[in-house]
Amino acid sequence: MSTLVIAAIGPASSVQDGGRFGAQRYGLTPSGAMDRLGLAAANCLVGNTLFAPGIEIGPFGGALVAREGAVRVALAGAPRSAEISGRAVAWDTSVTIADGETLKLGLARGGSFSYLAIEGGIAGEPMFGSLAVNARAGLGSPYPRPLQAGDELQVAAGSGTAEQRIDLPAAVDGPIRVVMGPQDDEFGDGINLFLDSAWKISATSDRMGYRLEGPVIRHLHGHNIVSDGTVNGSIQVPGNGQPIVLMSDRGTSGGYPKIATVITADFGRFAQIPAGTGFRFKAVTMAEAQTEARKFAELLRTLPDRLRPIESFDLNIEALQDANVAGAAVSAVDARTWQIASPADALTQD
Amino acid sequence: MTATLSQPRLLPSGDGAVTVEFSRTIDDAANRRVLALDRTLAREPIPGVTETVPTYRSLLVHYDPTQIDFDALGGKLGELAQQPVPPTEETRRWRIPVVYGGEHGIDLEDVAKTLGTTPDEIVARHIAGDYRVAMIGFTPGWSYLSGLQDSLQMPRRQNPRLLTPAGTISIGGVQTGVQCLAGPSGWHLLGRTAVRTYQLHRDPIFLLEPGDRVTFSVVDAKTFLEQDRAAEGGEIVAELIAA
Repeated sequence: MSTLVIAAIGPASSVQDGGRFGAQRYGLTPSGAMDRLGLAAANCLVGNTLFAPGIEIGPFGGALVAREGAVRVALAGAPRSAEISGRAVAWDTSVTIADGETLKLGLARGGSFSYLAIEGGIAGEPMFGSLAVNARAGLGSPYPRPLQAGDELQVAAGSGTAEQRIDLPAAVDGPIRVVMGPQDDEFGDGINLFLDSAWKISATSDRMGYRLEGPVIRHLHGHNIVSDGTVNGSIQVPGNGQPIVLMSDRGTSGGYPKIATVITADFGRFAQIPAGTGFRFKAVTMAEAQTEARKFAELLRTLPDRLRPIESFDLNIEALQDANVAGAAVSAVDARTWQIASPADALTQD
Repeated sequence: MTATLSQPRLLPSGDGAVTVEFSRTIDDAANRRVLALDRTLAREPIPGVTETVPTYRSLLVHYDPTQIDFDALGGKLGELAQQPVPPTEETRRWRIPVVYGGEHGIDLEDVAKTLGTTPDEIVARHIAGDYRVAMIGFTPGWSYLSGLQDSLQMPRRQNPRLLTPAGTISIGGVQTGVQCLAGPSGWHLLGRTAVRTYQLHRDPIFLLEPGDRVTFSVVDAKTFLEQDRAAEGGEIVAELIAA
C-alpha cells in the first residue's frame, strides 16, 4: 500500500464515486460525482471501474504527496495546471507520482470540478455500497466530510503500467437541455420567461443545489406544493422566483414546484458551469432526452476504446500547451461560496 | 367496492424518473394508493425500474432509460395503479417514547396558548393519535406522519429555525413528524425521542418504513437520558407492539 497525503486542498473537494442508491425512500440522497463523465474518464485511465471512488476537486487548487511508495493517478474533468517536481502534467492522462513527490494542481479553468482517480481506487468502508461523501448526513469514507490538508488516503502502490491518455469527444457548447415538468403547469407564461432568458449560476451554489440568477419566475398558484420526490437536475422555483437546480447532494423530497428537469446527458456539463457564467436552457422532448441518455450511456460504456498510449511527442506538446495557458484564465468562483450551503437552503421541507 | 379508481397523472421528472401523482393535496386515500403501488412494484418488479420513493401523494419511480422508455413504463404503471388497494394491510406498529415540553419541546407552551388549552392537554391529544408513516424524506430518517387530529393542526412557523435537535417530535400543518438528525425545521417542537430512525452500523439502519403505524408514549427526562445512551449503543428503544 501507498499513502496519498493531502498537503493542501481547496473547499468543495471530497471523495466521490457513482453514489449510493436504493435508500432515497428513507431520505438518503445518492450523492456521487457531479460530473460523471469526468470521474469515469479518470478511472478509465488507471484501469479502474468507471465509478470507483476518486477525488472530486473543487474550483481551487491543491497539492498531493505520494508516501510509502509510488501512486499512479489520472486527471480528468475541468482542466487546470498540474505539475510534478516542475514537470507539467497534461490533462486527460494518467501519471505516476513517485514516492515523496508532490502533484500540484492550479485553479479549475472553464469548469468547476476536476477528478483525480487513483489506480486501484481508495481504501474505505462503503456505506450502502459507496464511499461518496455526504457531509450533511455524516456519510463517506475514509472521511465523512470534505477533504482537508493533512488527510491521508490509503491507496494501492503504483503498478508501473505505461501511462495513457484518453481521447474524449470535443466539449459540447450550447444550451442546457431540459424536459419540462413535473410541475410546469404551475407556471403559465413563466415557462417562456424560463426558456427565453439568460441565466447565471449564483455564487451561493454548492453540491446540494445551484441557485440561478435571472428574471423572476412567477407561480400561478403560490410556491408551496405538497412535497414530492426530486431527482438530479430538478429545477425548483421557490417563492423568490429564482430557480434552484438540485444537484448530487439534494434533499430527496421538496415542497417547491419544479418547472423542468436537466436531462441526464447534460447534467455533468451543467455541473461544470462556473459561478457567474451565463447560459440558457432549451426544452427537448422526452424522446430526444431518452435518446441522448442512451448515447451518453454508450459513451461511458465505450470509454476504454478511447484510451491511447502516450507518445513522448504527445506528452511534450500537450504539457507545453497546458503550461502556456496555465493561469491565463481563472475560474470566476469565489472561495467563500464553495462551502456547505446555509441551512436555510434546505428549508424546502413540507 | 368495484368503483373505478381514478387514473394517476404521469409527470415526467427528467429522462430517468416519472412521478405517479394520485393527488395534488395531502390525502389519506391517495397515500394508501401510493403505498400500494410501491408494494406492488416491490413484489412484481418492472425491469429497468431502479428505485421508488413514496411521498404523501405520489410515487417517484426512478428508472434506467436504456432499459425502458417513458411510454412503455408509463403504460405499465398506469395498469398497476388500477389494482385495488387492499382494505387492510399487515403493517408494523411502533410505540415511540417521547419526553414532552421544557427544554426538550420548546414550543409546547406556545402551541397550547395558540390552541387555547394546556400543555398537558396538547400532550394527551398527541399521544392519543394513531399515525401512519406517510413518507420519509428531506434528510435521512425524517418521518412524516399522517393522522394528526384536527385540534392539533396549526400553520408552520413564520420563521423556520436553522437548527433543531436530533430526535425532535414536532407538528406542522396537518402532519406530525419524527426527525432523526439535527437540522432546520419550520415546525413546532413538542418533544424529543431517543429513538434513532436512522443509525449507521445498526441493523436495521432505517427503523421505519413508509406505511408503518406509529403511536407515542410519555417518558420523563431521566428515562429519556437512559434511553438515549442505550440508543447510542445501538438499541432500538422504540417498542414494536404489533408486526
